[in-house]
Amino acid sequence: MRAVDGVSLKLEEGEVLGVVGESGSGKSVTMLALMGLIPFPGRVKADKLIFNGRDLLTISERERRKLTGKDVAMIFQEPMTSLNPSFTIGFQLTETLRLHEGMDRKAARRRAIELLEQVGIPSPESRLSAFPHQMSGGMNQRVMIAMAIACNPKLLIADEPTTALDVTIQAQILDLLMTLQKERDMGLVMITHNMGVVADTAKRVMVMYAGQIMEERSAADLFASPQHPYTAALLAALPERSEGGRLATIPGVVPGLYDRPKGCLFSPRCAYATEHSRHVRPELRPWAGGHIRCHYPLGDPNRTAAIQHDHPIRTETAS
Amino acid sequence: MAAPPFSVLAMLRFILTRVSLIIPTFIGITLLAFFLIRLVPGDPIETLAGERGIDPARHEQLRKEYGFDKPIIVQYGIYLARVLQGDLGKSMITQEPVLNEFRALFPATVELALCAILFALIIGLPAGIIAALRRNSIFDHGVMGISLTGYSMPIFWWGLILILIFSVQFDLTPVSGRIDVLYYIEPTTGFLLIDTLLSEEEGAFWSAVQHLILPTIVLGTVPLAVIARMTRSAMLEVLGEDYIRTAKAKGLSRLRIVALHALRNALIPVVTVIGLQIGVLFTGAILTETIFSWPGVGKWLIDAIFRRDYPVLQGGALLLGVVVMGVNLLVDLAYGLINPRIRHTR
Repeated sequence: MRAVDGVSLKLEEGEVLGVVGESGSGKSVTMLALMGLIPFPGRVKADKLIFNGRDLLTISERERRKLTGKDVAMIFQEPMTSLNPSFTIGFQLTETLRLHEGMDRKAARRRAIELLEQVGIPSPESRLSAFPHQMSGGMNQRVMIAMAIACNPKLLIADEPTTALDVTIQAQILDLLMTLQKERDMGLVMITHNMGVVADTAKRVMVMYAGQIMEERSAADLFASPQHPYTAALLAALPERSEGGRLATIPGVVPGLYDRPKGCLFSPRCAYATEHSRHVRPELRPWAGGHIRCHYPLGDPNRTAAIQHDHPIRTETAS
Repeated sequence: MAAPPFSVLAMLRFILTRVSLIIPTFIGITLLAFFLIRLVPGDPIETLAGERGIDPARHEQLRKEYGFDKPIIVQYGIYLARVLQGDLGKSMITQEPVLNEFRALFPATVELALCAILFALIIGLPAGIIAALRRNSIFDHGVMGISLTGYSMPIFWWGLILILIFSVQFDLTPVSGRIDVLYYIEPTTGFLLIDTLLSEEEGAFWSAVQHLILPTIVLGTVPLAVIARMTRSAMLEVLGEDYIRTAKAKGLSRLRIVALHALRNALIPVVTVIGLQIGVLFTGAILTETIFSWPGVGKWLIDAIFRRDYPVLQGGALLLGVVVMGVNLLVDLAYGLINPRIRHTR
C-alpha cells in the first residue's frame, strides 16, 4: 500500500518550492516522510534522501534527530493544537535552543526574546510565560515559526501555514515567512491547496495528485501555460480566473488509498481521458522546462490527434 | 518553571472556589451520617444491654440520657451544634470520645491506604504508559486483561484467596494484624513503618513490612487496575496529538517526548481518576481491614455497626467524609497545577 509513490524532488539552497494539490493528494505525507515523521506503521522507502550532502537513509536515528528541528524544520497547519498546552511558550521555544545549540537557560531566554521579536510578537518578554491557550491562532503560528527558525534551518517546510488562520492574518504570516526566507536565504517548501498563495511565494511549483507528482515547473510558466489537465483545472477553479457565472470545479474527488484507478490516477476526472490513459499509467517525464505525468500534455501540438487515436472517453464528468 | 505572575490571583480564586464548595458537602455528610444510621433497624440501648435484657424504666432513662426521646429533627440539630463545636460525642460502648478513638486508629488506615495507592501508582502508571507505547502487543493485551480482572474482583474474595495462597499454603506472609505480637512499639507517629525504625528494635520493621504486603496488594488492586487503564487510554490519545508531532519535528528524543511532553498532558485525566479512587480506597479499607484484622478505622466502624454504636458511626462516617473531601481538594489543586487551562479560565 503506497500513500505516496514515485515522488522525486530536489531543492536548491534558498529556493522556494510550492507544493499544491487538493486535500488528500499526499502533499503533507511527502513532507512528513522527508522529516522522518511518518507515524508507525508507515515506512519510507526512498531510493535517495539526501540533505546537505548527507544521506538521511543511512544515518542513525540519533544523527537524524540532530538535523531534525535544527537544519530542517517544519511548521504545521493548526497552530492552536501544534503547541503543547501544558508548557509555556518560553519553555517550548527555549527547549529547541538548549537541545540543538547547547545554550544555557539565560542565553536561550535571550535568544527566545529575540526570536519572538523577529516574528513580530509584541512585548515578547512577557509572552514567554504565557500558555498557548492564552494567545490567538495567529500569535501561536508566529511562535511556531519562531520555534522553527530558532536554529537557523537550511530548509523550512511549511505545511499549510495559513489555512487555519483568519484571512487578514494569512497575509501577515505569509509576508513574515517570505521575509524570513529572504533574510536567511533558507530553502522553503510551501505546502498549500491555495494556488493564490503559491503564485505569491513560490519560484517553482510541484502539483501533486493522489500521492504522485503530476506537474513540476517554474511558477511563472505553470501559471502562464499549465501543461497538465489537472493543473489547468486547478487554475480554472481560482475565483480570479473565472469568467463570470459559476466557479469552475473538478468533478469527483481524489481517489482514496484503496480505490486508486488502474491507469492515470487523474483519468476518472479528466476531461481528456482515453481508453489508453484509463489503462496505462503515464510516467513522469521531462516536458517544457519541467516534468509532467500525462499522456497528452496541453502544450503538445500532436495532442488532439493522439487523443483521437486512443479512443477518447466522453462522459458526463467531462466538462 | 516559575508560574507567571498574573496567574497567582487566578490560582487564589481557583482555591477559594474549591474551598467554598466544602461547606454544602460537609452539611450533606452530616445529614447522611445521621439519618442513614437511624434507618438501620435495631435499638441501640437494647444492643447495649445485650442478651440479658433491660427493664423498661431503665430503658426509658437511658433513652432520655442519650436524647433518643426527642424528635429526630431536634436530635439532628443538637448533633450538628455539637459537631460544629468539635464534639463528636462518646462511644456508647467504651465511653471514650469518638475523636480520640478515631485519632488512635486513623494512622493505621492512612498507612495502609498510602501504601496501597503508592503500590497502584508505581505499577499502574508505568504499565499504562508501556501498554500505550506498545499498543496491541502481547504486553498491552496482558496488562489490559489483568487489570480488567483486577477491577472486577470482589475485594473480600481476593483477600481470602491471597491469604490462602501466601499465608496458609506457602507460609510467606502473616495472616493478620499490623505487626508480630512479639513486638511492642510505642506509637510516636502512629505509622508503624516509621515507628519501628525509630524504636531500633531488631526485626520489628521487617515484621511490619511483612504484615503490610497482602493488605496493600488487596486494597491497591482496584486503583491499580483503574490507573493502568486510564493511563493507557490518556497516553494513547495524547500521543496522537499535533503537539507530539511538533515535539518530534523539534528533534527531541523519544524519552523526552513520552516522559515530558506526552505524560504531562496524559496525567491530567489520571489525576482526576486518582482523586475519585481515594473515596473508593476508604470503602475498600473497611473490607480489607476486616479481612486482615487490621486495627484501623475501617474495622472500628464495622464493629460499631454491629453494636449500633450511633456516636461512633456518625462521627466515624463524618470524619472519613471530611478526610475524603480534603484529599479531593488536594487533588483538585494538583489538577490546577498540572493543567494551566484550568488555572486561567475560571
